[in-house]
Amino acid sequence: MGKELLLIEDEPNIIEAVSFLLSRDGWTVRTHSNGADAVEKVLKLRPDVVILDVMLPGRSGYDILRDLRARSETANLPVMILTARGQNRDRELAERTGVTAFMTKPFANGEMLEAVRALAPVT
Amino acid sequence: MARDTLTGSRIRERRIMAGLKQAELAREANISPSYLNLIEHNRRRIGGKLLLDLAAILDVEPTALTEGAEATLVAALREAASEKGRAGPRAAVEIDRVDEFAGRFPGWAGLLADTHRRTVALERTVETLTDRLTHDPHLAAALHEMLSTVTAIRAASAILAEPGEIPPDWQRRFHRNIHEDSARLAETSRTLVRYLDAADDASSEATAPQEEVDAVLAQAGHRFPAIETGATGAGALADALGADMSGTARRLLARHLRRYEADARRLPLATIGDALQAGGDADPFRLAGALGADPAQVMRRLAALPPDLLPDPCGLAICDASGALTYRKPLADFPMPRFGAGCPLWPLYQALSRPMTATRLVLEQAGSTGRRFRADAIAVPHGPAMPDRPALFEAHMLVVPDRAETAPDPLPVGVSCRICPRTGCAGRREPSILPDAAREEF
Repeated sequence: MGKELLLIEDEPNIIEAVSFLLSRDGWTVRTHSNGADAVEKVLKLRPDVVILDVMLPGRSGYDILRDLRARSETANLPVMILTARGQNRDRELAERTGVTAFMTKPFANGEMLEAVRALAPVT
Repeated sequence: MARDTLTGSRIRERRIMAGLKQAELAREANISPSYLNLIEHNRRRIGGKLLLDLAAILDVEPTALTEGAEATLVAALREAASEKGRAGPRAAVEIDRVDEFAGRFPGWAGLLADTHRRTVALERTVETLTDRLTHDPHLAAALHEMLSTVTAIRAASAILAEPGEIPPDWQRRFHRNIHEDSARLAETSRTLVRYLDAADDASSEATAPQEEVDAVLAQAGHRFPAIETGATGAGALADALGADMSGTARRLLARHLRRYEADARRLPLATIGDALQAGGDADPFRLAGALGADPAQVMRRLAALPPDLLPDPCGLAICDASGALTYRKPLADFPMPRFGAGCPLWPLYQALSRPMTATRLVLEQAGSTGRRFRADAIAVPHGPAMPDRPALFEAHMLVVPDRAETAPDPLPVGVSCRICPRTGCAGRREPSILPDAAREEF
């Protein structure tokens, strides 16, 4: 069974394209579209990697990441932030919050695959 | 070099501008060319009859030779030199010579000051537009929507373009997604263009509406005879003067003119002119008592009077309860900063802490002219009284030259900290760019 990835994103067509890409690469992709209960979803599914959009309904991706880093069970979980805002200050904010990887929209599919593969924990 | 030691340099510049040779000017002034040469190189002090003779021959006011450039111009040049990144070590050295530069090359100095003002205005435009991109929720949402749609199209189209087989149902799904997203992108683009078009004067909105109003007021000399005579109402005049202004600036101007109109109705030109003649000087507190008027209103009327009714020109600064300057009518030797706050020692700000209390102080302006001014200030309630809400105050400060210069202990003040040469000032909020003050530990 492949590694599990949770994609937290509210744009249906991005979810579809990224799910297709990563599934084809051997990942078991789960998706979630709401920020408000995203932390509970992570705790319930215990994925190996999380891709986290910043602008989500209910709660910002940075808030969710901050919450995940504050919990011992998700403190070291690989999380990639996905955002339309790629300025230095956004990257700095993500780094301060404890992000593992940072990707700006729009991205190339190959770039996405490489980044996610790099996040996969060594088994 | 101090400004008053540059009289010779100014004589030289004026002589050259007049196309006179040194020997010719010396002959007309009845002095030897070698003596004039010493004067022109600031090695001999000059005054009295010779100064008046030289000024008459050169067809200039004697003060143009002794005082040189206005303090406003010098302040503008100092501001220009103070800009971060422009005042390297070389510029820092030459700030010492700003008076000399302004005195010897008034035209170039004026051009530099104007260019600096233009640069500052453009920088503010850029800042405001950047700010708009960052903080305008409509723009941010529209751009986010566009980027998300582009991301979806790019990801789906890249999958379809890849070599290899893609299951037919996925192919159909991605084709449908691309079709939907491209339609969405087109609609978002149209919405965005409509939104940007709606801000028809976005660029002028970005250049500080208060500045636009200040420019119109300065152009009019802070006086509106058509309102004084009742020939035009405030609204119509605001429409006429503000035709090319941004919407925000037009509203600010209209508000200013409505207040001007109310002031003029309460204290018509003839009324305040007569009261002024009876007392002799522009003392707003005396006039307020004589006319049974609000001292702040009297200050505004004094600032709007024609020069021939006033013994001396009146400057006026008004700030809101936060200390932000909402109106400025500077004097030649009492400049007021275009951006940011003024000198914290101005009685304008003291008045805010003592509302409804008349404050009068003699101020000595920083700089080599060291001119003295009488400053009258008062903070008065602004807006209607609301039950159980603290009153809002607005402070006024009227500034007139203190010709008597008899005050034993004038308060040393400046224009704003960045260009203030004073040292040991408890009110300093940022280091000065001027050499002596800049060396001071901050």
